[in-house]
Amino acid sequence: MNATALTLSQVRYTNKEFWRNPASAFFIFAFPLMFLVIFTALLGNGTVHLSPTQEVKTSTYYVAAMASFGVISACYTNIAISVSFQRDTGVLKRINGTPLPSSAFLGARMVQALLVAILLVVITAGFGRAAYSASIPTGLTLLRFLVMLLVGAASFCALGFAITAVIPNTDAAPAIVNASILPLLFLSGVFIPLGSNAPAWIVWIAKIFPVWHFAQGMQAGFLGIPFHWTDVLVVAAWGLAGLLLSVRFFSWEPRT
Amino acid sequence: MAEPARHDGAAIEVRGLTKSYGDVQAVRGIDLVVERGQIFALLGPNGAGKTTTVEILEGYRSRDGGTVTVLGYDPGRQRNRLKPQIGIVLQSTGVDRYLTVWETVTMYAGFYPHPRPVDEVIDLVGLTAKRDTRVLKLSGGQQRRLDVAVALAGNPDLLFLDEPTTGFDPSARHEAWEVIKNLAALGKTVLLTTHYMDEAQYLADQVAVITSGRIVAEGPPATIGNREQARAQIRYRLDAGTTPPADLTAPPGPDGLIELRPDDLTAALHRLTGWALEQHVELSGLEVSRPSLEDVYLELTDSPAAPAGAATAAPATAALGGGKGRRRS
Repeated sequence: MNATALTLSQVRYTNKEFWRNPASAFFIFAFPLMFLVIFTALLGNGTVHLSPTQEVKTSTYYVAAMASFGVISACYTNIAISVSFQRDTGVLKRINGTPLPSSAFLGARMVQALLVAILLVVITAGFGRAAYSASIPTGLTLLRFLVMLLVGAASFCALGFAITAVIPNTDAAPAIVNASILPLLFLSGVFIPLGSNAPAWIVWIAKIFPVWHFAQGMQAGFLGIPFHWTDVLVVAAWGLAGLLLSVRFFSWEPRT
Repeated sequence: MAEPARHDGAAIEVRGLTKSYGDVQAVRGIDLVVERGQIFALLGPNGAGKTTTVEILEGYRSRDGGTVTVLGYDPGRQRNRLKPQIGIVLQSTGVDRYLTVWETVTMYAGFYPHPRPVDEVIDLVGLTAKRDTRVLKLSGGQQRRLDVAVALAGNPDLLFLDEPTTGFDPSARHEAWEVIKNLAALGKTVLLTTHYMDEAQYLADQVAVITSGRIVAEGPPATIGNREQARAQIRYRLDAGTTPPADLTAPPGPDGLIELRPDDLTAALHRLTGWALEQHVELSGLEVSRPSLEDVYLELTDSPAAPAGAATAAPATAALGGGKGRRRS
């Protein structure tokens, strides 16, 4: 089998494992939808000021925000936690002793995460459309949206691989992963809209990290705000950094 | 003259292998030759350097010095060419829990150019009844057999088994042994590490005892450490107030048994029993034994300061009594 066929066959197994692990599949998959319902139930009737002159319904805002959150969960959180579990249980070491190329194994994990991310975005958008009449991107907006989605998903996968280097063991994985991503989700307007009156230091932090840029790109697809290629570039730069760190520090052996 | 032929035939050849972790010298100059078709056991206590050695041969670890050839390849430099031809069972089980037995073996078989039929492999390790069971639901012994199945999936010529039965209950161990014996019947070469004497004795054609990073003895289990030539020992207990001839006695050990290793066993035994009959003395607990593999092993791996005294040897011999009776008789 060539590398592509091996990778695709590996995607199937990774996918089976993902869906058969109820805890992981539930949290990765159900959280964004659950949060979408909760946030819109609590705040759905209000409006969010995207700029002094533009406002959208809160429910519409959260469709875009939770789609972003879903992609980050499926790629970053899912990969970081499940790969460190596979590392500590010796799965990675065992795989590393077979002729399967590393790129096929890790590539399959990325492709599978991407498929879950796309499914999550479709469901979130469909749900938003049905329940809250959220607008769905079309035409050129859809193309730009897809670019952001793919670049974002790949970058968060790469960052997920990279973070495993600082996860000492499986027990610490959820804590470290959440500690690294939850504050950013809050600071980047994913859980709570930043609005136009957000403190300068929060905006400043948000603009350094990839989550805000990714969420901006995703929002451009749903909310009709301008799409900035710089957002794509910043996210891609973080993804590249994650890839380089992974190449340097990724470990196939349990940390004991 | 025998050397080149041996080189062609040997599955593994190691010369002067060294490896340190920081200041700790884990492997201090090991030489090994494992012939094709052999079951070779690397026997030693925990921390002796067994796993480090094996992981260098498997290509997981780099070496500091020495030459290593595995199936004609240098595992340090030609790992990718070696990988398709070897099967590895690591010390810890490492397979995903949510796939079934069949899916797991099929997945691993797919990594190799010439895999063995999946159902055949599952049958070989005795998991046919569990074919569609998820790994999660297998017992420890069954998971270990799945480990072996995964290592066999690619139909390798050479198998590495790192402590394959550690932590097993006795019946699971015997099941695993049967699986390993089956591998030898297929003509596979097996390099096994273990700290169980009976495992090495039962399975191996050739045993190397490793301690503190060095091989201290090597040979077939029956003759290793000159076991077959070693002096037999006489042990007996004396009633209080009796004194046998001076050269046939010694201070009793903690268990009250007197131990002798006479130069001439037959003569010593004859004189001792003759004296006892003459004096009407009962030599309770009288026994004559050759050192077991375990005695040899303990002698080899113990710190040099502590000779194999009664306190060490007695429980060891007792522990071996059941399992190895057929070998000693």
